Amino acid sequence: MTAVSLDDVVFSYGDVPVVDGVSLDVPEGDFLGLVGPNGSGKSTLLTLMLGLQRPDSGEVRLFGEPAHEFADGERVAYVAQDVTKTARDMPITVREVVRMGRYPRNLFGRFSAADHAAVDDALERVDIFDLADRRVGSLSGGQRQRVFVARALAAETELLALDEPTVALDAESRESFYTLLGELNDQGMTIVLVEHDIGVVTARASRIACLNKRLFFHGPSDDFADSDALAAAYGTDQRVLDHTHHHHDATVSSDENATEGQS
Amino acid sequence: MSDVISLVAAAPVSFGDLLTPLFVFNALSGLFDWFLTAVVDGSFSWLADVTGLEFLTYPYMQRAYLSVLCIGVVGPLVGSFLVYRDLSMVGDTLAHTAFAGVAVALFLDATLALSVPPLVGALVVATIAALVVQVLVEYTDARSDAALAMVLTGGFALGSVLISLTDGGISVGINQYLFGSLATVSRADVGLLVSMALVVAVAVTAAYRPLLYVTFDETAARASRVHVRAMNTLLSILTAFVVVSAMQIMGVILVAALLVIPVVTAAPLGRSYKGSLLYGVVAAEVAGVAGVTLAYLYGITAGGSIVLVAIGGFVVAQISRRTW
Repeated sequence: MTAVSLDDVVFSYGDVPVVDGVSLDVPEGDFLGLVGPNGSGKSTLLTLMLGLQRPDSGEVRLFGEPAHEFADGERVAYVAQDVTKTARDMPITVREVVRMGRYPRNLFGRFSAADHAAVDDALERVDIFDLADRRVGSLSGGQRQRVFVARALAAETELLALDEPTVALDAESRESFYTLLGELNDQGMTIVLVEHDIGVVTARASRIACLNKRLFFHGPSDDFADSDALAAAYGTDQRVLDHTHHHHDATVSSDENATEGQS
Repeated sequence: MSDVISLVAAAPVSFGDLLTPLFVFNALSGLFDWFLTAVVDGSFSWLADVTGLEFLTYPYMQRAYLSVLCIGVVGPLVGSFLVYRDLSMVGDTLAHTAFAGVAVALFLDATLALSVPPLVGALVVATIAALVVQVLVEYTDARSDAALAMVLTGGFALGSVLISLTDGGISVGINQYLFGSLATVSRADVGLLVSMALVVAVAVTAAYRPLLYVTFDETAARASRVHVRAMNTLLSILTAFVVVSAMQIMGVILVAALLVIPVVTAAPLGRSYKGSLLYGVVAAEVAGVAGVTLAYLYGITAGGSIVLVAIGGFVVAQISRRTW
C-alpha cells in the first residue's frame, strides 16, 4: 500500500510558487530522503504530505485518504524544522513532552503500561533517559532536538516525517541517529526525511527525491549519484548542464536562472 | 460599612430567581444554600474563633473569600495555556467585552424592563466575543493582536454607548464593575461563580492533554490530528468564564491579572508544567486572600490590592530564584 501519494501538486505562497507539479508515491516501508537547495520547497512538500497545508491544485493522499481529511493521528508523527526554538520559556519536563507522543492513542484516559513503556523506550533510544526530569528549556540545542525525536518515536507510528532532525547534533550523535532510523525502517516504519546533507542522506535512505520547486529526481539512492539531477536542481554548475545532452529544456534553465536571481 | 451592607441587600436578583424555571437547578440551588451556610459559614466561623478575626464571620466577606478562592484556582489553570502561547491579552479583551455584557443587561433592564442579571449578560456577551475573536483570527487576515485590540475596544465602546443611552441611574452602579468591589457579590453571584469555576476546572482537567499539546507545539498537535481549532475555541470560552467569575471582585480593568501574573510568577519555580500550574494556583490564592484581607482592613479596592500583592509575589519569586 502507498503511505503518501502526490499527484501533480502545486503550492504557492502568495504569487511565489514553492512546489510546482510534483507527483510521487511513497510506498509503505520506504525510506525517502528529500533533498534540494535552500528554498526548494522540501519543508513545504513535507507539510503538504502530512496534510498540514492544502495544495493549490493537485492531490495529496495519506494512507489512501485525502491528506487534509486524514484523521488517524496514531499513524503519523512529525518532527518539524527548528524545533530547538519551540517553547523555550515554558516550564515543562522532557518526559512531559515525550508523553505527548502517546496523546493520539490516549488523549483522555489513564496512561497504560504500554504508554509508559513506549515513553521510556523512546527516551532510551535517543539517549536522554537521564534527562527525563529536566526542564526542556535548560537543555542544549542537540539535547532538545532529541526530545522532539523521542516524542515522535514514542508515538510508534507507521509514518515518521522529519525535517532536518540532525541539524543541532554532533557528528557522532548524527551517526547513531541515522542508524536508529535504519533500524526503525527495517522494522517496517515508513520514513520521509528532509536533509540538507546530501552525502548522509544518499548513504542512508533507500530512495531520494530531489526537488527544486519541480521534482528533478525520484528513484533509488544508488541511481541518484549517477544522475545529473543534483546539478540540475541546484544549478550550481551551469556547464554540467551544457555539456550533458539530456532532456533538460529551456524551461529548466530559465527556472534555474530565476532561482539564482532570487538567492 | 453600613452602606456596603445595604448594597448587598439591594442586590436585584437572587440565585433562586435566576434559575426558578428549572427544577433541577432549584435542587442544586438548595444544595448550594446548604453549602454556603453549613460548609462555608461553618469553616469561616471556626477560623474566626481560632484567629479572633471577626470579619471572617461577615457573610459578604465569606462570599468574597469564596469567590477569590475559586478564581485563584481557575485563573492560573486557564491562564497558563494563554501565557505560553503569547495570548495573555485574550483575558483582558474578553473582560472588556464582558463589561459590554453588563451594560446590555442594565440597558435591557432600564428600557425594556427585562430583568437580566448583569453577570449572565457578561457571560453571554464574553462568550460570543470569544468566538468572534476566533473567527477574526482564523478567517480574516487580521493579526491576532490587532484582532484582540479591535474586540477589546469594540466591547468597551459598546458598553459605554449603552450606558450613556440609559438613564443616569445605572451609571452609578457601573464603577463596581469597572473597579470591582468586595461588597456587591450577592448569593446569586457566588452561586454562578462557583458553578463556573467547577465547569472550568472539570473542562481543563478533561482536556488537559490536547490543551497542553496545542499550547506547547501547535504544528505537531495538528500533525497528530489533535483538534486544534476546537481546543482554541474551548480555551477562549473558558477564559470568558474565568473573566466573568472574577469580574465582580477584580473589576473589568484588572481582571486579566489573575490569568497572567500568577503564571509568570510560577514559571521559574516549577520544573514540570503540572508543577508550575500548582505553584501558579498557590500564588493566585495567596494574592487573592491577602488582597481581599488588605482591602477590608484598609478600606481599599480589592482588585487593586490583589493585583499589587500578586506583583509583589512575582518580584519575590524572581529575587529568591536568583539568590538561591
